[in-house]
Amino acid sequence: MEKRELTCIGCPMGCQITVTLEDGEVKSVEGNTCLKGDKYARAEVTNPVRVVTSSVPAVGGEIGQVSVKTAGDIPKGCIFDVMEALRAVSVQAPVRIGDVVLADVCGTGVDVIATKNVELKAR
Amino acid sequence: MNRTKIAVIGGGPAGLAAAIEAKKAGEDSILVLERDRCLGGILNQCIHNGFGLHTFKEELTGPEYAQRFIDQVRELEIPCRLGTMVMSIAMAEDGSSDKIVTYLNHEEGLVQLRAEAVILAMGCRERPRGALNIPGFRPAGIYTAGTAQKLVNIDGFMPGRSVVILGSGDIGLIMARRMTLEGAKVQAVAELMPYSGGLKRNIVQCLDDFGIPLKLSHTVVNIEGKERVKAVTIAKVDERNKPIPGTEERFECDTLLLSCGLLPENELTSGLGAVISPVTRGPEVNESLETSIPGVFACGNVLHVHDLVDFVSQEAAQAGRNAARFVQGQAGETPTPDIRVTAENGVRYTVPEIINPGRMEDTLTLRFRVGAVYQDIYESVYVNDRRILHRKKKIAAPGEMETVVIKKDSFDQAGEVKSITVRLEEE
Repeated sequence: MEKRELTCIGCPMGCQITVTLEDGEVKSVEGNTCLKGDKYARAEVTNPVRVVTSSVPAVGGEIGQVSVKTAGDIPKGCIFDVMEALRAVSVQAPVRIGDVVLADVCGTGVDVIATKNVELKAR
Repeated sequence: MNRTKIAVIGGGPAGLAAAIEAKKAGEDSILVLERDRCLGGILNQCIHNGFGLHTFKEELTGPEYAQRFIDQVRELEIPCRLGTMVMSIAMAEDGSSDKIVTYLNHEEGLVQLRAEAVILAMGCRERPRGALNIPGFRPAGIYTAGTAQKLVNIDGFMPGRSVVILGSGDIGLIMARRMTLEGAKVQAVAELMPYSGGLKRNIVQCLDDFGIPLKLSHTVVNIEGKERVKAVTIAKVDERNKPIPGTEERFECDTLLLSCGLLPENELTSGLGAVISPVTRGPEVNESLETSIPGVFACGNVLHVHDLVDFVSQEAAQAGRNAARFVQGQAGETPTPDIRVTAENGVRYTVPEIINPGRMEDTLTLRFRVGAVYQDIYESVYVNDRRILHRKKKIAAPGEMETVVIKKDSFDQAGEVKSITVRLEEE
């Protein structure tokens, strides 16, 4: 039996939810005051995911950095691996929103894409 | 003298949405004046996601959200002047209702622009250290959270390696995560109030995810370091916000970030002589989002500080529509007296502050903030003594703006409108 304490992000209530797990299976969800909380808690303890956003150098760009994001959810446990992988990345301006900056980051099957248009710096 | 029908001051989310909507309402003569070298305002540095859930039904980052509006401005061929600083807005001296907008840029120099209507969309700025009365030395390494955000996200420069954050506003929370991801150690977030001013989602995903402690009812009582921050001491405060001796906690660090509130930037508005609300620090507006100066409209963070950009876009669109109506001569005479909305019983303010029932559209969005955290509360709107809206809320908190939509026909049933009141009620 494992108990996990969570704060729900569904609304400003921020219910303190206790999830009881047995062999990785959810046995009970307590403390939530609506269905949203139940759903959030189950997803968060079985498969927590996040979108990671950052910025990488844009070589020759009118601004020095281009913002990027994982094009979809990645496992929460991979956040720092993704950041480490991005440290080695830079792109050549011009860059457009949606351009793939790093494909299949850390074997997650998710691409890191640009979230900003960066034009070439005018001479 | 240059002329335009509508001058939009600011090319951030509010200015862009207002210009787009004014153009769609059939107004061709619009000019957007933007201080920065690019459009999009603060969204350019807000590279995290979560924007646009209401508007586009998907989670965008700040730059992506901004680009959708910038693309529309380009498609609609709305002219924008970048790198342009507006120096003043004044009434024309010929007795007309035109305004003279004086601005400055590298290409044109000092320009006087005659506008029939002005949309104020200058946004807000952060409360700086000088406004906070924090004791201690004044070394390098103290930044507002938004400055740090620009340094990291736009300039690619890390302002420090070991960080304490004062204030739990959303920008501070976002920066706690951002600095952590970039390899800094964020030791604590101290918040003077017993609750956070930030969104719950940000507390969980920016602090809890990384084990960063949130110290509620705490403030900074000392900053050490002559050249550079060496340490920051925080202490618990009592119910009167006085530090409690013996509760001090010292953190060795090189950086202190401040996320202690946002102030609408209304120097131009004050210079024009528009009435400013002491609560929102933005101009008072009526149901058309028009300030006390006819033909001058306001929207976005210059009007009152928002949490969600989606609501800024909605509000700005309304300002744009009404500005177009004004210059097209469709605003009409004032058919009924202006009614000042009474905000009471936990409601700190409403925007708009003034409603003219005769000029109301079919529905009117009233936005407001509550003064404390309330659970199982009802939000009520009264016209005269008649309750026209009564809505249960499981929770209302100062950090999240409340919105109610009132219908014009519910006014009609109330007869002659003498008062409008927004209040919280227990039942």
